[in-house]
Amino acid sequence: MNISITEIGVFCLTAAFVLSAVQAGVVAAGQVKTMRGIERYAEGISLAAAIAIAASFIILIVAFIRSDFSVVNVYEHSHTDKPLLYKISGAWGSHEGSMLLWCTILLVYGALITLLGQGLPASLRHKALGVQGLLGAAFTGFTLFSSNPLGRLDPAPVQGLSLNPALQDPALAFHPPMLYLGYVGFSVVFSFAVAALIEGRLDRAWARWVRPWVLVAWSFLTVGITLGAFWAYYELGWGGWWAWDPVENASFMPWLAATAMLHSAIVMEKRDALKAWTVFLAILAFTFSMMGAFLVRSGLLTSVHAFAVDPQRGILLVSILFVTAGSGFALYGLRVPNLAPGGLFAPVSREASLVLNNLLLSAALTSVFLGTLYPLLMQAVFDRAMSVGAPYYLLVFGPIMVAGLAVAPISALMSWKRSDLKGVLQRLAIAFAVAALCAALGLLLYKGADFMAEAGYFVGLLTGFWLVFGSLRLVWERTRGGHPVRRFLGLPLATHGMLLAHIGLGVFVLGAVVESHAKLSLQEVMAVGDTAKLGAYELTFTGTYQAEGKNYDAQGGIFAITDASGHRVCEARPQRRFYPASNDVQSKVWLCFRPLSDLYVVMAQPQDKAGRAAWQIRFFYNPWVRLIFLGPVLMALGGVLSLCDRRLRVAVATRARALKPGPAAEEVA
Amino acid sequence: MKRLLLAFLLLAAPMAAYAGPAADEARAQKLFTEVRCVACQGQDIADSDAAIAGDMRREIRQAVAAGRSDADIRADLYRHYGDYVLFRPRFSGSNLLLWGVPPLIVIGGIAALLIMTRRRSETRAYALSEAEQKRLDDLTKNI
Repeated sequence: MNISITEIGVFCLTAAFVLSAVQAGVVAAGQVKTMRGIERYAEGISLAAAIAIAASFIILIVAFIRSDFSVVNVYEHSHTDKPLLYKISGAWGSHEGSMLLWCTILLVYGALITLLGQGLPASLRHKALGVQGLLGAAFTGFTLFSSNPLGRLDPAPVQGLSLNPALQDPALAFHPPMLYLGYVGFSVVFSFAVAALIEGRLDRAWARWVRPWVLVAWSFLTVGITLGAFWAYYELGWGGWWAWDPVENASFMPWLAATAMLHSAIVMEKRDALKAWTVFLAILAFTFSMMGAFLVRSGLLTSVHAFAVDPQRGILLVSILFVTAGSGFALYGLRVPNLAPGGLFAPVSREASLVLNNLLLSAALTSVFLGTLYPLLMQAVFDRAMSVGAPYYLLVFGPIMVAGLAVAPISALMSWKRSDLKGVLQRLAIAFAVAALCAALGLLLYKGADFMAEAGYFVGLLTGFWLVFGSLRLVWERTRGGHPVRRFLGLPLATHGMLLAHIGLGVFVLGAVVESHAKLSLQEVMAVGDTAKLGAYELTFTGTYQAEGKNYDAQGGIFAITDASGHRVCEARPQRRFYPASNDVQSKVWLCFRPLSDLYVVMAQPQDKAGRAAWQIRFFYNPWVRLIFLGPVLMALGGVLSLCDRRLRVAVATRARALKPGPAAEEVA
Repeated sequence: MKRLLLAFLLLAAPMAAYAGPAADEARAQKLFTEVRCVACQGQDIADSDAAIAGDMRREIRQAVAAGRSDADIRADLYRHYGDYVLFRPRFSGSNLLLWGVPPLIVIGGIAALLIMTRRRSETRAYALSEAEQKRLDDLTKNI
């Protein structure tokens, strides 16, 4: 075996590990009197480490593209027949590869602290780089020593074992990078929190510096979770999109913590209050991010999403998690009692309403946390197997979240310091009336199983419409009195972002409520010529066909779907795909896109029906399901809009400083 | 208030009897989502095509048709299969924290906030006693 590009990749990974350790080391050394000043080298080192790790990641991707089976990881997760996109996404389709992706994003974020943080006080920036370096060293070290994705295989096999067919999907190709950009984004927030705790300085400026990072991470995480849900929806073929599975919950918990922090950081920035709480959430968000990424692999949770599990690695990862989070919280406990007390506020004010928002979000987060870990705990302590599923979350998480969402439009209309609740409610009365009317209309079209189902449906619709119309009320107030378009465009981008995010949340709630209550499903064994009825739709099995993909052979069914008046709605062509490389059969769902709803056809196991060849057919009508995926996209766009606000731009301080010498120089001239 | 009342009336209007075979099936479907398919990975029996899920669906349909209440059916399932099949955990002593902590945070949190804001306003309303006022006046007079 001769030295090749792969070995250069391993070298780069090693370099990234050493550089990260040195980055943390110089910052620590710089705290000693005689070596003061040395910590500024952390800036250059962070750039070098990012370049090194990016090089090693690119080399892994190249190995996948070239199907270089002398690399174990490529052999185990790729195949020459795979389409190019899935060869590339195979690079992060395994435990080792995804660890390298995690490290790459971590170190690149570290470099961004240097590049975009030039306007921050040097001591804070350097300490944040030091913490980021420690994190970088821990994770690159773990990757290098226990999960090296560039390990060699000699002799090299001629063909690979291929990627799990369920993972060969465009949504899932982009799901991990988006999710990790979110998870790891909170590492920057964590580093800034720890740096500020070490400095002992937590003020409004800190909240302003950190908020853009929270927004970036939150927006990516929103998109990442949505892609995952969308994948589960149309690839797994069960007609649903969220199962409250432990792994899904694990990605949802950092999102809830970050959402709470986005709101509490506003209070800290505007009113110098809630400091300790905001920093707590900063540490919590990254802790949950690490849990989300690693609990899956530790073997503690079993799930459809799990990578191959190795207990030893799992223990290592969980130890990194506990040491990181533990030291963060320990430092927090040491420092927080010494913080200067924050500003006071009246019980009826914008800040008080945001405190209520945070309280409700924390309670909701606690319910998800308990629901996810309770079965583990019961198993470990009492050796009793138990389950927590969707009904629990609907009963506990649901009402708390409804209360939280109900506060949002009220909070947005309140003024800081002291507000007038009655006045705000009066301003919102029309929005509430319209929302209630829409919800009542929706209820008339729905027949639930019992009173509870109908009450749940009504309250859910009311919440969704309330968020939408309550936000529109704010738009109307801010734009009335001539030139509405100019006034609308003149609103601060942060306000646009907030409105879009709240409306997006409302859109999501509407989709989720309608889909979960009014969906119809049918499961039947059908042969060619059979007909089945679902609600107003009729499904006729008209024939079968054969198809061939790049790395699979497919048998497909042709179904004609007609509506109540006999008009043909669409032709569904679901498939059963056989992947010879992994000897695996995968059902490929067919979606008939209606504007808001989907008709969803799955062809499952073949069966014998009175001597005729037949298949288990599942047919779903998923009303308003489009909104479930549209809403979060609007929310993420809202996050991006907020991020573009001049006030919050990551580099804003840099630019302000760069501009300053301008006029001064002119004066001299 | 009137609007609230109207909303309530609209809510109550379709409350006409939930009975008949269609309602039975709807009730059974709702129960299916509460029961774990033991042979599958994290699926409820409503979505699963495993044989055991089919058997359990049939059992529940029969129980619903026999007029047993949801609570009875849940109790039967618990007796036969244990806690593991219930996606909706029982309200039992060992599940106290699971069900109790989130609402407790909401109630306790709101109570704590109310007490804090009240205490703060009390501090603000603190008035000087006569002696203190006199001492303050003396001090300021000398400036």
